[in-house]
Amino acid sequence: MLLALPIIIPLLTACVCLLLGHRARLQRALAVLGACGLLVAATTLFVRVWMDGVQILHVGGWQAPFGITLVADVLAVLMVLVTALMHLAVTVYSLANVNARRQRYGYFAFLNVMLMGICGAFLTGDLFNLYVWFEVMLIGSFVLLVLGGGRAQMEAGIKYATLSLLSSALFLAGVGVIYGITHTLSMAHLSQRLALVAETDPWLVVAASVLLLLSFGLKAAVFPLYFWLPASYHTPAPAVSAIFAGLLTKVGVYALIRVFTVVFPASDYTLNLLLIIAGLTMLFGVLGAVSQSQIRRILSFHIISQIGYMVMGLALLVSPGPATQRLGVAAAVFYIAHHIVVKTNLFLIGGTVRALTGTERLVQLGGLLNQVPWLAILFLIPALSLAGLPPLSGFWAKLAIIKAGFEAQQYTLTAVALFAGLLTLVSMLKIWNEAFWKPAPEGETASENSGRRKPPPRRLALLVAPSVALAVLTLAIGLYPQALLSVSQRAARELLNRRGYVQAVLVPPEPSEQPELGDDRS
Amino acid sequence: MFVVMALLVGALYAAAFYLLLARSTVKLIFGLLLLGHAANLLIFSAGGLVRANPAIVPSGVEAPLPGYADPIPQALILTAIVISFAVLAFAAVLVKRAYVESGTDDSEEMRTTEQ
Amino acid sequence: MNSIVFKTTTRVVTPLLLAFSLFMLLRGHNEPGGGFIGGLLAVTGFALYALAFDARQAHALLRVSPRTLTTIGLLLAVASGCLAWLAGQPYMLGLWLPVELPVELKLGTVLLFDIGVYLVVLGAALLVLLTLSEE
Repeated sequence: MLLALPIIIPLLTACVCLLLGHRARLQRALAVLGACGLLVAATTLFVRVWMDGVQILHVGGWQAPFGITLVADVLAVLMVLVTALMHLAVTVYSLANVNARRQRYGYFAFLNVMLMGICGAFLTGDLFNLYVWFEVMLIGSFVLLVLGGGRAQMEAGIKYATLSLLSSALFLAGVGVIYGITHTLSMAHLSQRLALVAETDPWLVVAASVLLLLSFGLKAAVFPLYFWLPASYHTPAPAVSAIFAGLLTKVGVYALIRVFTVVFPASDYTLNLLLIIAGLTMLFGVLGAVSQSQIRRILSFHIISQIGYMVMGLALLVSPGPATQRLGVAAAVFYIAHHIVVKTNLFLIGGTVRALTGTERLVQLGGLLNQVPWLAILFLIPALSLAGLPPLSGFWAKLAIIKAGFEAQQYTLTAVALFAGLLTLVSMLKIWNEAFWKPAPEGETASENSGRRKPPPRRLALLVAPSVALAVLTLAIGLYPQALLSVSQRAARELLNRRGYVQAVLVPPEPSEQPELGDDRS
Repeated sequence: MFVVMALLVGALYAAAFYLLLARSTVKLIFGLLLLGHAANLLIFSAGGLVRANPAIVPSGVEAPLPGYADPIPQALILTAIVISFAVLAFAAVLVKRAYVESGTDDSEEMRTTEQ
Repeated sequence: MNSIVFKTTTRVVTPLLLAFSLFMLLRGHNEPGGGFIGGLLAVTGFALYALAFDARQAHALLRVSPRTLTTIGLLLAVASGCLAWLAGQPYMLGLWLPVELPVELKLGTVLLFDIGVYLVVLGAALLVLLTLSEE
């Protein structure tokens, strides 16, 4: 039952928030309470899975291949835990950043609907159910994106909605084809049956997997399917941008990792495709960022380039050695967790800069180092972590990816990764220089800035507290990477041990029958 | 029958993508609608086209009559239809609001977020 | 629309549709029917009313806001799933009350879930319909 809580808690919170409607204070208190509840549930679930192994819930008592199963392995609960943390941070930030009108229109309710979709997508063990959770997540995100908006938000909404629906339709077609060739939808069962089909008819399986690759690629914003992201992510309220940037694309990456490790049998064609995609995504994302001049737009392009690193970790499955495969997937998992924390924080800080100065355009910004030195330091921690400087979390994430790249002898790709890291540093320093270091610009913008009312201290505290917490988390991962590293290594071990996954889901788990942690991939 | 369905699904996909590539945002919605239909028919035909009884247990009997159709594709399609109905209703409202805000339904002119 | 025939017919047909929707809802577990179809039938009843008179009057006929209806439906559906959990069973397992009714109807969490679905469908579809037509 613990397994269903990360889905039920946001749903209940959303329902009660909708019922409360105009009672703003109560709604805000409830939103924070719900976020705390989710965090507690996620932590408990994590501890349970860490101690006792994979947890299964057959919803409605229907056994595995017939009913819908919720499966919590280490990867899933790690993602749920990080999601719950970001949810709490963003909810607190929203108290000060999302205006009362948006809150009245159901901001917190739809935030929770989206969270329910995200947690459901992480926890489900059924391919069609994954589609349903994607749609729940999308409906929540559509509303959040256009909530209280003007022209820019509506236009961004149309682009985002169109591309998301296209991705859903592709996913649906993929599910149809897969059901046609296997007559099952449970991921564990698919894992067995697709392997059988692939022995006689490998290209049929590849065709189905490419449909899913396209769909998840669109969601994850990989090359060449990323154009919707920088056209939409910078338009809504900063709190919304932050949770989108942190979580939504990563759900796509999660789905890629899930289906290409557990569900589909390894195929050189798709893995090589992923390798190429990873390289181009890193490169084009970072190059796109160079030409931008607004904080949140620069950061949007960096999401794309960072997605490339995660996909690269997955694509290293192409290497024959099981140890290298495990390292690659573990690096990808580490990267996702680190990136969610850092990216959410950067968008939150971008929002705080806007709350303080009223603009995000680098030309109009400047002199923030003298005005708010603590914000400058707060910005540097996630920014340098994103660029991969020691001793921050990004350093270990990049190190793991690059080590895996070398061991898999993918030298070109590794060089691209290093180069993209360098450009990331350049572009973070660009924000630092323009917004914080250079003197405040002369003329009307400066006088406009000084005439602007500073937010009251209580509101400022609500804006800064989540950023501080996330920065501390980044530092903690950086100074003590061993914890997250062992979690991601165990997640990778579980993902590559298909027999263990299948046994855990299809055979009713008994304490004596823990799956042995072997490797039957190669 | 399979050939007819395959052609139909193909035609629906072609029409859907043709409409998606149009500049008008209203046509965009129709494109997405057809895309959903195409995917649903694909599931339906991939699930197997057979003449069979409905998968319902008549009263007084323990199991459905032999030779019943696979109910799963139908359940999937029903779910997908409901979801696409909800999402497209939202998209229709969104397109209308965008038209009110920017005074155009031409996606070429909706570029304020890309500069 | 200002047609006396249409209006008069609607006055008769809407209650019929609503009653039929309830019938569909209740026969749903073993026969074709259920919360979803019942909800859609109820929506057609209200939609007809909104066409014959206007959206505001249909809203008045409903008395509560569609939004509240959807939310209550969602809560009911979740609660019906949680009842099994409270009884120590897997989430969403169907539990039945051991009461024999004179009609062919069993009381249980599945029925509660169906009622939840009915309300969600009714509320959500009316929300879309009334929002679009009231502007």
